[in-house]
Amino acid sequence: MVRTLRFNREIMDTLSTQQYSDLFLKHKDIFLGDEPKFLQEIRIKAAEKLSTQSFPAKKNELYKYTFLEPYFNNGFKKNIIPKPITFDICDMFRCDVPTLDTHLAIVLNGFYYDTKKLLITLPNGIIYGSLAEAIKQYPALVEAHLSKYITTDDSYVTLNSAMARDGVFLYVPKNKSLDKPIQIINILLADEELMVQPRNLFIMEQGSSAKIVICDHTLNDNKYLTNSATEVYVASDANFECFRMQNEHNEAVQVSHTFIHQEAGSNVRTNNVTLHGGVVRNNLYVNLAGEHCENTSLGLFLTDGTQQVDNYTFIDHATPNCNSNQLYKGILDNKSTGSFTGKIMVRKDAQKTMAYQRNSNLLLTSDAHANAKPQLEIYADDVKCTHGATIGQIDENALFYLRSRGISERESRLLLMYAFAFEVIKQIQVEPLQIRIGDLVEKRLRGELSRCNNCAMYCK
Amino acid sequence: MLKITNLRTSINGKEILKGIDLEVKAGEVHAIMGPNGSGKSTLASVLAGRDIYEVTEGTVEYEGEDLLDLTPEVRARKGIFLGFQYPIEIPGVSMASFLRTAVNEHRKFKALAPLSASDFLKIMREKKEMVEIDSNLTNRSVNEGFSGGEKKKNEIFQMALLEPKLAILDETDSGLDIDALRIVANGVNKLKTAENATIVITHYQRLLDYIVPDFVHVLYNGRIVKTGTKELAFELEERGYDWIKKESDLKLNGEDVKI
Ligand SMILES: Nc1ncnc2c1ncn2[C@@H]1O[C@H](COP(=O)(O)OP(=O)(O)OP(=O)(O)O)[C@@H](O)[C@H]1O
Ligand SMILES: [Mg+2]
Repeated sequence: MVRTLRFNREIMDTLSTQQYSDLFLKHKDIFLGDEPKFLQEIRIKAAEKLSTQSFPAKKNELYKYTFLEPYFNNGFKKNIIPKPITFDICDMFRCDVPTLDTHLAIVLNGFYYDTKKLLITLPNGIIYGSLAEAIKQYPALVEAHLSKYITTDDSYVTLNSAMARDGVFLYVPKNKSLDKPIQIINILLADEELMVQPRNLFIMEQGSSAKIVICDHTLNDNKYLTNSATEVYVASDANFECFRMQNEHNEAVQVSHTFIHQEAGSNVRTNNVTLHGGVVRNNLYVNLAGEHCENTSLGLFLTDGTQQVDNYTFIDHATPNCNSNQLYKGILDNKSTGSFTGKIMVRKDAQKTMAYQRNSNLLLTSDAHANAKPQLEIYADDVKCTHGATIGQIDENALFYLRSRGISERESRLLLMYAFAFEVIKQIQVEPLQIRIGDLVEKRLRGELSRCNNCAMYCK
Repeated sequence: MLKITNLRTSINGKEILKGIDLEVKAGEVHAIMGPNGSGKSTLASVLAGRDIYEVTEGTVEYEGEDLLDLTPEVRARKGIFLGFQYPIEIPGVSMASFLRTAVNEHRKFKALAPLSASDFLKIMREKKEMVEIDSNLTNRSVNEGFSGGEKKKNEIFQMALLEPKLAILDETDSGLDIDALRIVANGVNKLKTAENATIVITHYQRLLDYIVPDFVHVLYNGRIVKTGTKELAFELEERGYDWIKKESDLKLNGEDVKI
């Protein structure tokens, strides 16, 4: 992937998408392989679309705060088939929350990692494991949902649709519940600069319920680029909760796209905690497609150095009587940047919508920078919609109060920062996880977070 | 214990304390009274180390040391306690973790091991009973949503936990009902020893029925313009501040009169 610089600007803009579709064409046989027809079609369509698209330019409204194209225009290795790496996962993580009992799913460099079983069926019919394997074993099930919930033309998503090879699959049948959370650990561990594009598909049938914990980790100092996409189908009256913890190093760039499709009466809660990362952009699209849905989207990001964390949400109230609630908080140190763009769309017929959004940022230095951009588009008249954004510093009165009781300035600041973050942490409903994340956030704020003990995974 | 000499402070260029002299010895109780805006809370805050006030002149000696040199936390660990006129609400910081951190910082300073969770709970329970504070309050965030009276009680509760040498109580009595007032006063009296001292800032002579002061000072317009005993408080209750103001204003003009 050599970049030729003699092109003029317009061609340059399309160069990087072009090089990906070229890459696709070059390895078409591997990409399409013996995949079912529906998937081949998805890929070909996406590759074709990609060649007509360009990656968002610097001025692009959607990516205003995070210009990603240079990261995609890289010479990183892109593995189409997994490169074998053996490692003992338990050597790398030591879990100090033994009570966090989960089903484990490891994704290594974008590919589901299990030496024995790629798909597991639990006694009550719940299936989880590798998406690539699910495509082989349950093509009809995958076909009914894959790429069905993408509600954007974002070229990064198109790229993922064309080239993603694996990821996590979850299927929860009607009225069934997961006995304990599934914990997905995305591990980046390669001996070269690597780009990965995992794809996840979670299917929640009517009245089912599941909790998922996702942890993103880099395990060595190589440069990584992740462009991941997740689709979640939540049928009527189903309950889905997803907690994600991003903990990657300063040279890692991550773009994640999550699409949630909610049918009537369903309830979804997502919570995204960014403990660390170089450049992180999270896109969350929620489509409230049936009446009486509840959606709660939470986020917390802690940045320092020159890190950049950018959260974008799009809550689409397409039907009446749905509630959505967003809370995103950031603590920004040094010269870091945190951004939040929250779009709430209330369609014409979506009467009795209740949509709340709040974004608060705590700046620890005058060089840290927060961007807050609420976007409300309301076409119905009987709605309750509120949004608020605050950017502030530590409250000096509170600081003095704590210090006047003998608590050191540093400790007082930490208490106040933790209190700020706790509003998000307390909403984690898996209790051992809440405690564990609370500890991690505290360690992170103290600057004591190390890579090897940072995982909340179940490991004995 | 505490010796304030010609203390002058200002905020945003505006002078608030205009030369305070005050000496407090171990075992003593001093009451400071005075009209609104005269600088009582400013004096209390400066003693506790609030850095928004600029000390332009004067010295404060505490146990032989220059107090003004110390950070608020070190002052606290050395035994100074400020009961805030307006206690701060701190959402998200639990009372328990706040108090435990504070107690353990004090212990660390005295080279004592931190309290175990169970020992801490035991002490908390004891002190809670002493100041008759509602148990549920300690399960909440610091002062968050506390009623006015609950906030004041919480100050005394913290004082009981930290056992200060010099307690400065800034209008801890205002907003308390009669029973709470008695409880708070009892708390202060129970904590009183020959080694510690208390400065109570109040508007009401009533408190001084419970906490009997050795001295009563009147602070007006940034100066202590009158010092007396308990009787002075009665006189103020009866006559108000006008006569003091007049007396003091005249004095400033060089006339020494008694009204
Ligand atoms: N941050 C500030 N900026 C400007 N002026 C201030 C500030 N803080 C206090 N002052 C002024 O200093 C003066 C003294 O205030 P202080 O709170 O010490 O009075 P006080 O004697 O405690 O009054 P009260 O009896 O009402 O509690 C007042 O005139 C007040 O307005
Ligand atoms: Mg006052």
